[in-house]
This record gives sequence, structure tokens and C-alpha cells, in this order.
Amino acid sequence: MPELGRAALIVALGLALYALLVGAYAAWSGRRRLAASAQNAILAAFAATFVASLVLSAALLRDDFSFTYVQEHTSTDLSSAYKLSAFWGGQEGSLLLWLLILTGYSTAAVAFGRRVGRDLLAWVVPVLGGVCVFFAFMVVAVASPFATQPAPVEGAGMTASLQNPYMLAHPPLLYLGYVGLAIPWAFAMGALLSRRTDERWIVATRRWTLAAWTFLGVGQLLGAHWAYEEIGWGGYFAWDPVENAALMPWLAATAFLHSVMIQEKRGMLKVWNMILVVGAFLLSLFGTFLTRSGVVNSIHSFTQSSIGPWFLLFIGIATAFSLVLVFSRLPLLRSQTRLESLISREATFLYNNLLLVALCLTILWGVLFPLVSEAVRGEAVNVGGPYYNFFLRSFGLPLLLLMGIGPLIAWRRASLRALGRTFLVPLGVALAAGLVLLVLGAGSSIPGLVAYTFSAFVLASIAFEFVRGTRARRALGASSWPAAFSSLISRNRRRYGGYIVHAAIVLLAIGVAGSSAYETVREGKLRPGQELRAADYTLRLQGIEQRETANAVQVRAVLDVERGGSELGSLRAGKNHYRVGDEVSNEVGIRSDLLTGEDLFVTTDRIDGDDSVYVKVFVKPLVNFIWLAGLVFILGSLVTLWPDAREQRRLLLRYEPQAAPTEA
Amino acid sequence: MTLLALALAAVLAIACVVYVARPFLREPAPAEDRLDEPGELERRRLALAEERDRALAALKELEFDHRTGAVSDEDYRTLVGPLRREAAEALRALEPRAVGGPGRVHARR
Repeated sequence: MPELGRAALIVALGLALYALLVGAYAAWSGRRRLAASAQNAILAAFAATFVASLVLSAALLRDDFSFTYVQEHTSTDLSSAYKLSAFWGGQEGSLLLWLLILTGYSTAAVAFGRRVGRDLLAWVVPVLGGVCVFFAFMVVAVASPFATQPAPVEGAGMTASLQNPYMLAHPPLLYLGYVGLAIPWAFAMGALLSRRTDERWIVATRRWTLAAWTFLGVGQLLGAHWAYEEIGWGGYFAWDPVENAALMPWLAATAFLHSVMIQEKRGMLKVWNMILVVGAFLLSLFGTFLTRSGVVNSIHSFTQSSIGPWFLLFIGIATAFSLVLVFSRLPLLRSQTRLESLISREATFLYNNLLLVALCLTILWGVLFPLVSEAVRGEAVNVGGPYYNFFLRSFGLPLLLLMGIGPLIAWRRASLRALGRTFLVPLGVALAAGLVLLVLGAGSSIPGLVAYTFSAFVLASIAFEFVRGTRARRALGASSWPAAFSSLISRNRRRYGGYIVHAAIVLLAIGVAGSSAYETVREGKLRPGQELRAADYTLRLQGIEQRETANAVQVRAVLDVERGGSELGSLRAGKNHYRVGDEVSNEVGIRSDLLTGEDLFVTTDRIDGDDSVYVKVFVKPLVNFIWLAGLVFILGSLVTLWPDAREQRRLLLRYEPQAAPTEA
Repeated sequence: MTLLALALAAVLAIACVVYVARPFLREPAPAEDRLDEPGELERRRLALAEERDRALAALKELEFDHRTGAVSDEDYRTLVGPLRREAAEALRALEPRAVGGPGRVHARR
């Protein structure tokens, strides 16, 4: 039923236009029913987009190749899960997913945002409507997923590297993150349009920002795991433009989540917060543009298309709109207070913000440089890993250290003598860890050693905070130590959930430093019975296996693994040859040691007819800490996101219209 | 199939139009059709409420950090006074004016 899909999207476009135009008029003229009607248009646009999405999903599952999109991205031999994942495997479908998530988020934002004030919401609706109009226009007029053709017998199939379970979750999570950043941006713009620059827009969007940031973080980590397992080059992050495109809004949102706390606690940095929220949203649009326009060559960019100019136009409009609004409202964004001391919690947040933004901008420059050089000199000069790694170390290591320092310093100001006492334990732990690591030979990589010493400092300061806090709760009357611990977290979820997220970042740093600074790589050609040594592992080629599945021929080199005289079983690494599309994918062999966090990672470059195989072996210490970091990150985010009844009561009391204050 | 699709599309469009028009259908002639925009006094009350909450939260956090040992006695003594004053001023400014009492000025911005 492509007609139903097309009609539903036209209805969605009409409703989004209504929300934009009528919503703006209603907010400007202060008409209540009209504003409510515009809000309903957003909800109805979600329903219409949902219907269109159902139509596309049904066509994908039913192999309806009369839909050009279905024919171009699937084939009958795919499993139902992969057929469904083709929804976001191509450009038209992924734009529809953008619109679906955007209208869904907008609907929820309208439903939950009503309590923070109808006057603010009245301005948020046309802003959201404007973004919806752009994406609805794209799927109606520029890249429709409902184009039809005479149905062929078979589809073109799915790109081999997309046939991986991670593809079922990684792109939707990234999109939930990208699109989620539209909500805080819309509330920020709504606050400026309505001249209501109090904290309501922050209160209304705090959890939205955190949720979008969490989705973006988890989505990137799943993408890293996909690259690690599927691409087969031995790494998980290659500073690819599309990977960078997801990292940049995450960094901007991280800076915002920290600086917004300064606004909440001290009434400072109002302009800076606006700029960060604008930056995060624009970077999320830029990320979608990079992935979908085909302007950069990337393993993640599956399309070459003509949507680029439309995206650039929209990014230009959104940038101009945001900046004009922020600068025209500068008098309303004046801070009420000043930074009292350079040694204070808010000052460390400020340093953290500067480092995060600097890192984000250097990455942005690295992404833009090839495009700029191509435009100016006619030759694209690529910016490689060394550039990014230099800035990651330059800004990332101080950021890591700040994560340990921040929690130890009081808000407003702290005396040096008090700091000395507070730093004693974490500093002692860090120095001891550094010395032990040096003795164990970690000095072969100075950045690695510094990263581990800083990590020990941060983990010690976090543990110290939890121990001191639990002890204080126990002294305040908690019935037991577990009760004291639980009460500590439940009474300040943001603070202690934040510490758990910090612990996740430390685990990530440990995993990245271990797997990159202390990695061992060996390669060579093996015939059956021959061996290759890598670190303390010995791999012996047992032989070559071949197996046919529904959609591919699988060829695997079988390698027996031994370490320190113990047999560890066998590993299989090789290639899949897909019949449809005649594509080949790398299928790596990984043996994880969950006790040490180390991976033995094997990939094959070539398997010859004489049963010889060219293998590359990586020993990656501590790499599993990266994936463990993901779980801890989710835990910390959930603790922070969990509704806090005390806070809800306080906010209700604040925003309920009450007796006016005393006046002259 | 095309006819069914078009009929379903028409139903969807009509349902959306009715839903969008619902505020007007439910209240054809309301006594009041203005957005409840806060006046100057309500805006000031909100600003003061934010200030009160900010000061009280900071005070609570300071007390707890002092108890845990994260804030020294010396730093606590320096910080607690101004915070208590800020909280007290915001609370006082939010009190409804006593009947017959003197009006007080609490414009702190």
C-alpha cells in the first residue's frame, strides 16, 4: 500500500506546517485554543508518521519489491530481523525514522511539558513543527521511501557489513540520541521567543537531554563493537568522519549537562548554555548530513545522494535562527552571580567545559578540513588518526583528571588547606598505582601510564565520595550500611548517578589505553600445522572449513590456541561470500578472557586454494573494559534519570501559581 | 488495494483534522481564550522561588558535605553565612504581604 504511506506522510507534512505556522501565530497572539490545536497537530503528525512507518515495515517484511526502497535494500533470503533493520539501512527509510522519532519525542515533550507553563510550550510547538516540516518535506518530496516500480522477483540484498545483530540496535539508538537533542534546543528557543529565560526550559528538558545523551553514548559504543566484530581491522574506533559526527554532539551535550548545573546552582552561564544547546543540536543535524549526504567517504555512510544541499540549507536556517535569537535576547541572559573562586566546583566544571568544547572543535576541524581543502585546492587532504590522537591526549587526559578533582572541591570556594586534606587519599592511591604500573612495565607508553595513574585517582576519589557519603547517612540514622548507601543515592540521584557515569568513563579510558598503548600485533602466512606467536599466545592452523548458509558461503580458518602450555580451544576467522550482491565480509575470531579483560583477535586477509591463509593476530589487553564501561554508563544514566519524588514536589511548589511576592 | 489505501488515507486525514480541531469543538465559545501568560508579579515570584530553591539546595549540600568531611570546618564557616542570608532573603521576599503591615521592597536584581 504505497499510496497509504505517501498519503500519511503528506498528512504529516500538512500537520507539521500547521504546528509551525498556526502555532507561531497562536503563541504570538496569545490564543489558548489555537495553541492547543497546534499541539494536537504535533500529536497527529506522530500518528500519521507512525502509519507510514507501519506501511514500510509491512512492505519490508512481505518482500514487496514493488517498493523501490524494499527492492534496493533487501532480498528474500534475509531473516525477518534484518529485513526490518533495512528500515534504517537506506537513506529514505532512515529519514522516515528521523521523522518518526522526532514526532514521537515532540508528542511526549508536549504531553510532559504542559506543567512547566503553557506560554513556554506555545512557543516550543512551532519550533518543533519547523524541524518536523523539514524532515516531512524530505520524505515527501526529496527522498520518498514509497516510490514504486514493476516488482522484480528478487531484491538487491543488504550490504554485507549491515548483516550483523548490532545493526538492529546501533542506528536506532544513535537516532534516538541525535533527534533527542532537538527537544532541549526547541525548549531553549521557546524560552527565548517567549522571553522566559528562567529555569523552566532547563527543568523541562533536563531528562530529555540526559536521555538523548545516553542513547547517543550507548549507540556509539554499540557502533564501536560492531566495527570491532564486523569490519575486521582490529580496532573499534577509527576517527572516521561519521564516527566523529556522532561523537561531536555527544561532547557538546556532555559540556551542556555539566554547565547547566552551574546555571541551576549559581544562576551563571546562561548564554553559554544556550550556545551549547544550539551547538549540540546543530552538530546532530550535521551528523545526519554527513551520514546521509554521501559528502564524505566512510564505511558507515551507505549512500551517495542529492539530499546534501537541502540539509545544508536547513542547517543554515537553524544556525541563523538560533544565533539571531540568542544575541537579540542577551540582556535577558545576564548572569545574577559571578565566579567567586578559581578553586571551586563550578570552576572545575568550567575547565571541563572548555576542554570538551576544544576537543569538539578540533574534531570538527578534522572532519571539515578535507571538504575545505577540496573546495579550495581541488584536492581532499584527509586528516588521519595522529591528529585526533594528539588532541585526544592533550584534552582527554586533563578531562580525566578533572573528573577526579571536581567531586573533591566544594561549590563556591575551597581553601587550599582543606583541599590538601581531601586530596590525600585519592592522590596517595594514584601515586601508588602509578609506581606499581611502572614496576610492572607500563612505562613503555607514557600516555598509557599517565592515563592509568589519572584513572586510579578518579576511581579513588569516586570511591572516597561514596564511602564518606554512606558513613554520613549511617550517622544520620540509616538502619544499616546498605540502607545508608541506598539513601545516599536516592537523595541525590544526579550527583551519585553522575559519579557512576564518571566511573564508566574511567573504565573506557582504561580499555582504550590498554588496547591501544599496550597492544601486540603479529601477522603471517600459515599452512595447516604451522604456528604463529603473539604475546604469550601460540596459534596453530588446523585447517580450512567451508559451510553454506541460506544467503552466504562461509569460509573459516580454524586455529588452535595455546597459552603457557595450556590448550585454550580453537578460534575461527574467515570470510562470508554473499550470493546476492556478490559481497564479501570479514568474520573475525575473538577469544575474550573475562578475568583480565584481554582479547585475542584474529582476522584473515586472504585464504588461498592451497589451504594457506594470511592471518593477522592482535592481543588487546583490557579491551573488554570498554564494553563493561557501556554497562556501567547505562547504570549511571538510569540512576540519574530515575524520577525523584522529592524534586517533583519541589518543582510543583515552585511552578504552581501562588501568592505574589511582597512589593513596594 | 489502491481504493482501500485511499479510503484508509482519507480516514486518517479526517481523524487528524478532527483531533486538531478538538480544542474548538470542545469549547466553541469559551469565556476566556487567552494563554495564561504570567504577569510581572508572577515572573518575580518565580525568580524568587528559583533563588530560594537554589539557596536551600546549596545549603543542604553544604551541610551534607561538611558532615562527610568533604568541606572543612573553616570553609563551612565561610560559606554557610552568605548562603543562609540568601535563603532567608528569598523566603522573606516570597512571604505574602502581611495585612496592614508595611510593604517591603525585595527587588534584588
